[in-house]
Amino acid sequence: MFRKLTLTAATALGLSTGAAFAAGDAHVEDFDFSFEGPFGAYDQNQLQRGLQVYTEVCSACHGLKFVAFRTLADEGGPHLPEEQMRAYAEFYEVFDETLFDGEGDFRPATPADKFPESALATAPDLSLMAKARAGFHGPYGTGISQFVNGMGGPEYIASLLTGYEEAPSCAPDDFAGHYNTAFAAGGYPEECLYEDGSHKYPGSWIAMAPPLYDGQLTFNDDHANDLEHVSEDIAAFLMWTAEPKMMARKQAGLTGVIFLTALSVLLYLTNKRLWAPHKTAAKRKD
Amino acid sequence: MLWDGQMPPKFGVEKVSNPEDHQGTRRDFIYYATAGAGAVITGAAVWPLVNQMNPSADVLALASIRVDVSGVEPGMQLTVLWQGKPVFIRHRTGAEIEAAKAQDAEADTFIDPLARNGNVAETADASDANRVMPSPEGEGAGAWIVQMGVCTHLGCVPLGDGAGDFGGWFCPCHGSHYDLAGRIRKGPAPQNLEVPPARWTDNTTIELG
Amino acid sequence: MGGIPHDHYEPKSGIEKWVDSRLPVIGLLYDTLMIPTPKNLNWMWIWGIVLTFTLALQIITGIVLVMHYTPHVDMAFASVEHIMRDVNGGHMIRYFHMNGASLFFVAVYAHMFRGLYYGSYKAPREITWIIGMLIFLLMMGTAFMGYVLPWGQMSFHGTAVITGLFGAIPFIGEALQTWLLGASAVGQPALNRFFSLHYLLPFVIAGLVIVHIWAFHTTGNNNPTGVEVRRTSKADAEKDTLPFWPYFVIKDLFALAVILAVFMAVVGFMPNYLGHPDNYVEANALVTPSHIVPEWYFLPFYAILRAFDNTVWVVIFAEWISFGIIDAKFFGVLAMFGAIAVMALVPWLDTSSVRSGRYRPMFKWWFAVLVVDFVVLMWAGAMPAEGIYPIIALIGATYWFAYFLVILPLLGVIEKPMTPPATIEDDFNAHYGSKAASGETVASPAE
Repeated sequence: MFRKLTLTAATALGLSTGAAFAAGDAHVEDFDFSFEGPFGAYDQNQLQRGLQVYTEVCSACHGLKFVAFRTLADEGGPHLPEEQMRAYAEFYEVFDETLFDGEGDFRPATPADKFPESALATAPDLSLMAKARAGFHGPYGTGISQFVNGMGGPEYIASLLTGYEEAPSCAPDDFAGHYNTAFAAGGYPEECLYEDGSHKYPGSWIAMAPPLYDGQLTFNDDHANDLEHVSEDIAAFLMWTAEPKMMARKQAGLTGVIFLTALSVLLYLTNKRLWAPHKTAAKRKD
Repeated sequence: MLWDGQMPPKFGVEKVSNPEDHQGTRRDFIYYATAGAGAVITGAAVWPLVNQMNPSADVLALASIRVDVSGVEPGMQLTVLWQGKPVFIRHRTGAEIEAAKAQDAEADTFIDPLARNGNVAETADASDANRVMPSPEGEGAGAWIVQMGVCTHLGCVPLGDGAGDFGGWFCPCHGSHYDLAGRIRKGPAPQNLEVPPARWTDNTTIELG
Repeated sequence: MGGIPHDHYEPKSGIEKWVDSRLPVIGLLYDTLMIPTPKNLNWMWIWGIVLTFTLALQIITGIVLVMHYTPHVDMAFASVEHIMRDVNGGHMIRYFHMNGASLFFVAVYAHMFRGLYYGSYKAPREITWIIGMLIFLLMMGTAFMGYVLPWGQMSFHGTAVITGLFGAIPFIGEALQTWLLGASAVGQPALNRFFSLHYLLPFVIAGLVIVHIWAFHTTGNNNPTGVEVRRTSKADAEKDTLPFWPYFVIKDLFALAVILAVFMAVVGFMPNYLGHPDNYVEANALVTPSHIVPEWYFLPFYAILRAFDNTVWVVIFAEWISFGIIDAKFFGVLAMFGAIAVMALVPWLDTSSVRSGRYRPMFKWWFAVLVVDFVVLMWAGAMPAEGIYPIIALIGATYWFAYFLVILPLLGVIEKPMTPPATIEDDFNAHYGSKAASGETVASPAE
C-alpha cells in the first residue's frame, strides 16, 4: 500500500521513478518512514524490531562499531529499559586490553562498550550505512529528487533487501552473486548488455545472499513479519544508528527557524522605522 | 559608548517635528523588543559552545561501573580503575573486622574524625561502621570496604594487604599509615581514604558511582 | 583615515582623553562604525556582513570542533563520529560548520557578482577587489583542506585528485605534489598538515578582511549608481550618505536574520543535502568511489578544469607550440587557475567609462549570460565527464574567458552608456520620491 501511495505521490510531483532509474541504474522505492519531514520522529517499537532483526540476522556478518550499547536506552532511540540494555550488551564479548595483566582478554560487554566490528572482512560496517548511501539522485544531477524526498539512505537499504529477484534469463547460470534490482555497484554479465553498453535490466549482481525472507522472525509486538515490513524495520534502525541525534537536530532547527523569523520581523520593523524619516524627506523633495 | 542612544541629527529633527507623541513610545518599544530578541538569540547560541566542554556521553557512561566481586574471597583485595583512579575493594576476614572495630576505641587519636564516606551523612564520624559497605545477604556486617586508592596527601596509590603500622594501608611516597578501616593514623595525609558512592546491584556485583 | 568628510570621535571625559592619547582604539571603532555610507545601497550590499558573520561562525565552531577532533588517519573518522554522537550538542556544531562552508560560498559568490555588475572593482577600488580575490583563493584552500579532515572516502580520494593537479605542472610537478603531501600518496603527513593549515588560514583571512574593509573605507563604498559621494564638504557628503550605524547595521542584520533562518532550516532538516554520502564511508586507499565530485562550490572551476581535454584545438595547439610541455592535463590546471586570474584582472579589462552596469544597456545582457554560464558550469561540473557534458563545459568555459578577455574590453569601446544621475542624493530621492508619489493612496498603515 505504501508503495502505491508513494508512487502516486511521486508521479504527481512529476518525479517518476524513471528519473532514479536513469541516474543510478537501479530501482529505489520511496518507502514511507515515520522519521521523515520536519516533525517526523523515530518509532520506538520499529527501532526495537529493527534491533532484533540486526541481532538475529545482520550481526552474523556485519558490525556496528560506532554505536555504543548505552545508546540503546536513549530516549528517542529504541529506548530499551536500562536493565534490558545492560543484559543485551552482555551477550557480546569485547576484547579488553587492560585484563589479564595487560595482555588482554575477552569479557562480556558493558553499556559503555560499542558493538563489535564486522565479523566478515567483506561485510561493511553498518553504523553509518543509512547516510553513506543515497537512494535518490537526479534528475540529471540537479539533486531535486533528493531535495523533495530526502537523501534516501533508509529507502535504499529497504529497497536493497526487498530487491532480490529471479536473475534475468540472459545471465549465465554460474554468474557470481545474486541479482538485485536496487544494487547498482555490483557485477553485470555481458550477456545482459545492449549493444551500446547500457543495461537491459535495472540493478546488478550483489555478493550478499538474500538475508531476509517472509516469516523469518517473530516480533514480540506481533508486528507483520513479511519481507517488506522487516526490511523497513531494519532500515529505520540503521537510520537511527547513523543519525541518533536526528530528533534533537530537528527540534533545534525548528526552534532556530521560529526564533530567527521572529527576530527578522522585529528587525524589519526597526529598519523600516529607522529609515522612514529619510524616505519621507525624499518624497518631499521629489 | 559609540552610539549614545541619541538618533543621529537628521533623525532627531524628524522626532521633534513629529506631533504624535505615542509614535515615539511605539518606536522605542520596537527598538527594545528587537534588542531583547537579539540578546536572547545570542545567548541561546553561546550556550552550546560552553556546554560542549562538559563531559561527553561516552565519558559520562564511565561515571558508573559495575564490578563483579564473586571471586574475591575474604582476605583478598580487588583494585579496579574507576574514572581514571584506582578503587580498593577489600573483602575483610573475620579477624580484620574485629581488629578494625577494636581500632574504633582509639578514636581520640584519629587525625581525621569524619567518615569521608559518599554514602553516609557528611558529618558522620569515622567509626568502622560508617566506613564499610552494607553487607550482602548472608554475610556478617563490615565484610566489605570500598575506598579510593588515592592517598589524601598528594595522590599516590597506597600499598595494601596489611601494610603500615596499623594493619591497613601504607603510602610509600611520604609514609602515611592507614588502619584496617582506611583511616589515616600517622603521617602527613590529612584525611581518611575517601569512600566512593557504591551499592550492591546483586549479591556479587558492586556498582561504583 | 582619509575618505569622505565626516564627524570624528572627540574624547570628552578625562578617562576618554587618557585612553585616547595612549591608544586611539575608541576613535578607530567610532570611525569604522560611523563611516558615511551611500544611502542608496540596495539589498545586494548585505553580503559583506553575512560574510563577516560566517567567518566568525566558522572560526568559533571550528575551534570547538578541534577540542574533540583527532588528526590521525586511524582516529579522525571515529573522532568525527564521537562529535556527532557523544559530545554535548556536537552534532549541531559539526553540521553548522559543515553547512557554514556552503553559506560562506553562497555569500561570497553573491558578493562577487554584485561587484562585477556594479563595477565595484573599477578605479579607485582595485586594491579592495584584489584583496577580495585573495580572500576567495584562501577560502577555497581552507574549504578544500577542511573537507579532508573527516577522512571519509571523498576526503581521501578528493585530496588525491586535487593534489594531482599540482602534479600536472611540467618538470617540478611530481616533486611539488610529494612536497604538498609529505609522501608519495595521501596519508598521515597530509592529514596532519592540512589540519594545521585549515586552522591557520581562517585567521589569515580575518586579517585580509580587515585590510579589505580598510581599503574600501578609504575609497568609500561603491553604490548602485556607481556615482561617487560628494567630498566637497561635510554638508554635501551628508546629503549623499547616512552613517553605517545604525542605518546599515540594522538593515544588514535584518537580511542576516532572514538568511540565517533559511540556514537553520537546512542544518535542522537536511544537513547532508549538500554533502556527499561517500564521505560517511571511512577512507580506504584500495577502493575509489565510482564518481568523485568536489563540493558544489568548486564545481564551476572543476568543470573548466575538465573542459579542456586533448580533443580541443586550443589544447592541441598549445601542446604543439610548447613542444609537449603544456599537455591537456596541465592546460586544464592553467585554465582553472586562469578562470580566477581573469576575474582578478577585471579592473584593467573593463574599459567602460561608466561604473555601474545599471547604466550599460549592452553590458547588462552579457553579464546576465555570465551568471547563467556560472550556474551551467556548476551543473556540468557535477555531471560525469562523458556524452554531451564536456561539450557544455567547454562552451561554458569559453564564454567565461571570452567575457573577461574579449567582451568587457570591447564593450567599453562600442557601447553607448546612459547618463547616471548626478548625485547619490538624486538617485535616492528619485527612487523613494516616485515610489511614494505613485503609491500615495495605498500607503501602508505601518508607516
